[in-house]
Amino acid sequence: MSAAETLAQTLLAQMQDAGAQLVSADILQPAETLLDLYGEDIRARAYVTHDPALGEMMLRPDFTVPVVQAHMQGGAEPARYCYAGPVFRKQDQGRAREYLQVGYEVFARDNPARADAEVFAHFAQLLSGYDLRPVTGDIGILKAAVAGLDTSARRRAALMRHIWRPKRFRALLERMGGQGPLAAPRADLLRALQDAPPEQAGPVVGLRSKDEIAARIAALIEDAATPPLPASQIAAVEAVLNLRGSARDVARDLRAQGWDALTPALDRLEARLDALQDAGIDTASLPFEASFGRTTMEYYDGFVFGFIADRADLPPVATGGRYDALTAVLGQGRAIPAVGGVIRPDSLIALGLIAPGGGA
Amino acid sequence: MMLKLGVPSKGRLMEKTFDWFATHGLTLKRTGADREYAGSVAGVDGVQLVLLSASEIPRELAAGRIHLGVTGSDLVRETLADWQAQVMELALMGFGHADLVVAVPKAWVDVETLDDLDAVAAAFRAHHGFRLRIATKYHRLVREYLRAHGVADYQLVDSQGATEGTIKNLTAEAIADITSTGETLSANHLKILRDSPVHCSQATLFASRAADWDGVAEIRARLFAKLGVGDVSGLGR
Repeated sequence: MSAAETLAQTLLAQMQDAGAQLVSADILQPAETLLDLYGEDIRARAYVTHDPALGEMMLRPDFTVPVVQAHMQGGAEPARYCYAGPVFRKQDQGRAREYLQVGYEVFARDNPARADAEVFAHFAQLLSGYDLRPVTGDIGILKAAVAGLDTSARRRAALMRHIWRPKRFRALLERMGGQGPLAAPRADLLRALQDAPPEQAGPVVGLRSKDEIAARIAALIEDAATPPLPASQIAAVEAVLNLRGSARDVARDLRAQGWDALTPALDRLEARLDALQDAGIDTASLPFEASFGRTTMEYYDGFVFGFIADRADLPPVATGGRYDALTAVLGQGRAIPAVGGVIRPDSLIALGLIAPGGGA
Repeated sequence: MMLKLGVPSKGRLMEKTFDWFATHGLTLKRTGADREYAGSVAGVDGVQLVLLSASEIPRELAAGRIHLGVTGSDLVRETLADWQAQVMELALMGFGHADLVVAVPKAWVDVETLDDLDAVAAAFRAHHGFRLRIATKYHRLVREYLRAHGVADYQLVDSQGATEGTIKNLTAEAIADITSTGETLSANHLKILRDSPVHCSQATLFASRAADWDGVAEIRARLFAKLGVGDVSGLGR
């Protein structure tokens, strides 16, 4: 057994001691579910293969999907699961293509703040022997900021869909504010739509119907009549995105903005911080970055966290968060609040313990 | 040891390649029987001509089995991961121009840009229950392009030929394909999005970083002098 495999077993045993049930997952996963969740990008990151009977399959890029599926097929509630095994990711450069993940997931309906705190505190304890910097964030606050914008439902939905794609998110914000490079072509397009009916442009080929085209034209014209997003609101969203500091300070600063739409999300943040404090985490010094997880963790929709080594050659040693919406998608209507995370034992081995005999 | 030069084995691309080398004082010729893939180089001693399918040249360069190769810049970028680590661009040859573009039906009057395509993809998925399909054979280039532009809710479907027909055949909603004049697109009732193309391709002379350059240093110096290729630091010693 390699050092990383031995460490994985040690971590797994500690997770089981904490009450988690050990689960396993197939290495070969149906591609369709992963593609639906992650989009086409996953093809660039996961190894895709083909089975004559089952169709397109992927070497598991993570455990989250199979663990959620297993839970949905008849897990108890609440449930705690742990697992360990290799995951597979394509890399253009030198990083490992196959590496171990050890994970811990909590599925619980009651008291999400306590479940968040439980997972984070457990990871902090498992990793206490290593020189790591914790980071936390909250995608729920970003979503609340978007939901609280004073504009059309259509615009809010468009922004919400692209929270995880910062470049497009910014382009959309600019266009909705009546500025940016997208504004001019959009004005041209509207003029063209008003001048020439679609039938003149060419025959409707393909599956997208004339009705669908007409519906989008109506949406575009409605959107053109929507007043520009006020600069103050764009600034407010960007201020939220740029917030970083200690978690308590960030929570206080956000409250001070007096933005009512954020209140429920801030209540949840503070309940989580209280729960973390109860679990022995010093929340006065706990780092919080509002944009943490924004580009890399698409399915998280609430609390997010990472444990990071200050070494350029190492990816985050541990990452995790809350993914309530994912369970709804995978459960086809049935949903259960879920929070969890993974540790990369290989990175811990590369890093080494702070002091022999200490920590994990 | 010979310096191996891989060139396309047939068609206009081969003829134009031969012409380009001729203007640099090298005579490339096919030799032997009509259908035999053999050739010769006159003008610089020590260069061996290797006739290959243009689509295989990127792979042969990456493997270091040829020192130099002529192929489309699109094929190198599509075939090789992190292509700049594997090959070096020596000369843009000024022919074989073609743009890799994204095209949609002309009847989509509501779609002019990738921004529109992204919005349509979201609506299409909600309406049809699956992600909008884009047919292409340039999977890597198109995926990187769409990711860079933040387009979501699409899927790529493979099409190795007659890609313009996939929309009418209901196997795709949009396409990403190579075009030089746009005539085939237009004939199939398609239009190109306004954004800059995925890639503007042309025939390019590439050097392999993996090939053994040590034994051919003098040949290389003579050949590069003729071709007017200057700084090649990073290729062998």
